[in-house]
Amino acid sequence: MPEHQPLQQPRSKTDLFVSFTVLALQGFGGVLAVVQRELVEKKRWMTREQFVEDWAVAQILPGPNVVNFCLMIGGRYFGLGGALASLAGLLMAPLAVVLLLAMAFGGVSDAPWAQGALRGMGAVAAGLIAATGIKLMSALKRNPMGLPVCAAVMLSTFACVGVLRWPLIWVLLGVGSAACGWAYLQLTHQMLNKGDAA
Amino acid sequence: MSLAVQLTVSDWLAFFNHFLSLSLLAVGGAIITAPDMHRFLVDEHQWLSDQQFTSSIALAQSAPGPNVLFVAVIGWNVGLNAGTGMGGGWFSVGLSALGVVLSLLGIMLPSSILTYNTTRWAQRHRDKLGVRAFKLGMAPVVIALLVSTGWLLTAGHNQPAKDWPLWLLTAVAMLLVWRTRIHLLWLIGAGAVIGGLGWI
Repeated sequence: MPEHQPLQQPRSKTDLFVSFTVLALQGFGGVLAVVQRELVEKKRWMTREQFVEDWAVAQILPGPNVVNFCLMIGGRYFGLGGALASLAGLLMAPLAVVLLLAMAFGGVSDAPWAQGALRGMGAVAAGLIAATGIKLMSALKRNPMGLPVCAAVMLSTFACVGVLRWPLIWVLLGVGSAACGWAYLQLTHQMLNKGDAA
Repeated sequence: MSLAVQLTVSDWLAFFNHFLSLSLLAVGGAIITAPDMHRFLVDEHQWLSDQQFTSSIALAQSAPGPNVLFVAVIGWNVGLNAGTGMGGGWFSVGLSALGVVLSLLGIMLPSSILTYNTTRWAQRHRDKLGVRAFKLGMAPVVIALLVSTGWLLTAGHNQPAKDWPLWLLTAVAMLLVWRTRIHLLWLIGAGAVIGGLGWI
């Protein structure tokens, strides 16, 4: 099972640049699903658990999530140079592509077939993002909050954002800080127990 | 379709400044600041037509890469309009490039500096209880946000009689990604073909 193979690391800044270029060029309708597939399942630079934790940080900080994420990964292995190499990889080739499209087809995106293709791609992209979320749920197995609490947090987040359509920032502050507080208590508890056992 | 507008140096500074000021507000992605860009560029200054604004976002969505690149296309089109105002030709290309650089740099610089420094700090203190609790507590929230995003994108099409094929396509794509290792590009390509042929 790939789950148990040892983790790999990016070899160099060039490796980071190339890897992020390759995954950015596959990311239609958002890069997240591709990032998870490439970095966790194929390259094995991180586990699902690590991916979720890093994604949480990338998500809560302002700025484009994927940009934040690649700055984090690049910076972790190769400092500022690594962060910039990853960012350049993520942006340069797709920027060239989108500007060429803008020059060539400025108005074509209004044509009915192009609108239809966009609708189709959008529907698929929605499925990719949801599936990525579902796959990552297995990363919660070892979460010290316990599965029932994790499920409750997930349901309330979904209810606030997906059903009630509350602004993200309030959901992060409300549900997010409650969950972090609970995690803090559980971690303290775990440490005390370990202390007793020792 | 494109407008002919005149932008002075101080206009370009205001343009840059607008994106700089939106950067730290973009929690959850740059797209959430799009309404404010529309207000500033289209309603207030008329540097961009409403149709150009909408097609910029649509074009960026149809291309590969991070969603934030819609900002670059908006910058490109503002530059194009400014170039047209100066007679077009090389002015257009040069000013479009300027628009791309200023808009992208503006939207990304403040948030990237904050992110880089915060995450370096968090990495150094990754064993601290507070940092661990934050990451573990946010994990289920973030996972639910991903599912919610998929849901919101689907639920935006809310006429069951007309939109059920779209929902079906989303559900099938979701199952395939979840259960198989099929390459994501095949799915996106299939979506584009099905949509382009007008089946959904």
